[in-house]
Amino acid sequence: MSNPEQPVKKICLIVSRGSLDGVYPALIMANGARMEGIEASVFFTFFGLNALVDKTLDHLKVSTVGNSALNMAMPMLGLPMTMPFPTWMGAIPGVSAFATHLMNKEMDKLDIPPVREFLELISDSGGKLYACKLAMDMFKLKREDLSDRVDGVLTVGQFYEEAAGEGSHILFT
Amino acid sequence: MTKNLAGTDLNVNEEGYLTDMTQWTEAVAEAIAAEEGVGPLAEGHWKVIRYLREQQAKGAALTIRGMGKSGVVTTKELYDLFPGGPLKKSSKIAGIPKPVGCI
Repeated sequence: MSNPEQPVKKICLIVSRGSLDGVYPALIMANGARMEGIEASVFFTFFGLNALVDKTLDHLKVSTVGNSALNMAMPMLGLPMTMPFPTWMGAIPGVSAFATHLMNKEMDKLDIPPVREFLELISDSGGKLYACKLAMDMFKLKREDLSDRVDGVLTVGQFYEEAAGEGSHILFT
Repeated sequence: MTKNLAGTDLNVNEEGYLTDMTQWTEAVAEAIAAEEGVGPLAEGHWKVIRYLREQQAKGAALTIRGMGKSGVVTTKELYDLFPGGPLKKSSKIAGIPKPVGCI
């Protein structure tokens, strides 16, 4: 299964979504990589930038509209996972906020930090956080709008340069 | 399986983690650290090692976040002290099981 001749030396994660559930997998993978001694870079593009903008990163929400797998959250309410959660219910005001509250609570129990602390953790561990230049321009964002933990604003070409190296992998999330 | 380190036969698993934390001594820690390319062990390392052993004895789950918040060491220091896998390596040197969490 594993091939010690070709270990993963570096992982470059691309985050294109800005919901809580869109952002966390990459943060967990990046932190997990650093814990294993693997280099990690996270490149935030399009709506993923929501997790780097200082004013928005503390308020990411679970996407409930069009999410047909919300039955997964039922056990958080003590209900069976097989209980249906019709997708239209996700659009009811407050449902997203409630789902977010539930998920944050469960993640805290597992010692998964909130987004801001998570960015600090990855940054302190030597992981790199990058914003996509094109998406920054599109959303009219400036460097000073971003968390001071961001290591730079990169073009796509610069990102690929950053990703270069033997044993380096790129993952789109 | 057993492994001889610092002049003693120790019970270890296939990854080299001690399976009996009572067999651990400071000399054993030094020997494991040398194998892992860590050290020589200084006060900063010992603080982490002692904290890990205390937490393990209490049955607490160890996470990288918990370490950073422990007041014993910052995240940055932990990565500097135990390069190439801070929690894994420090746990191995401290003679406690490999942490199983993803965080």
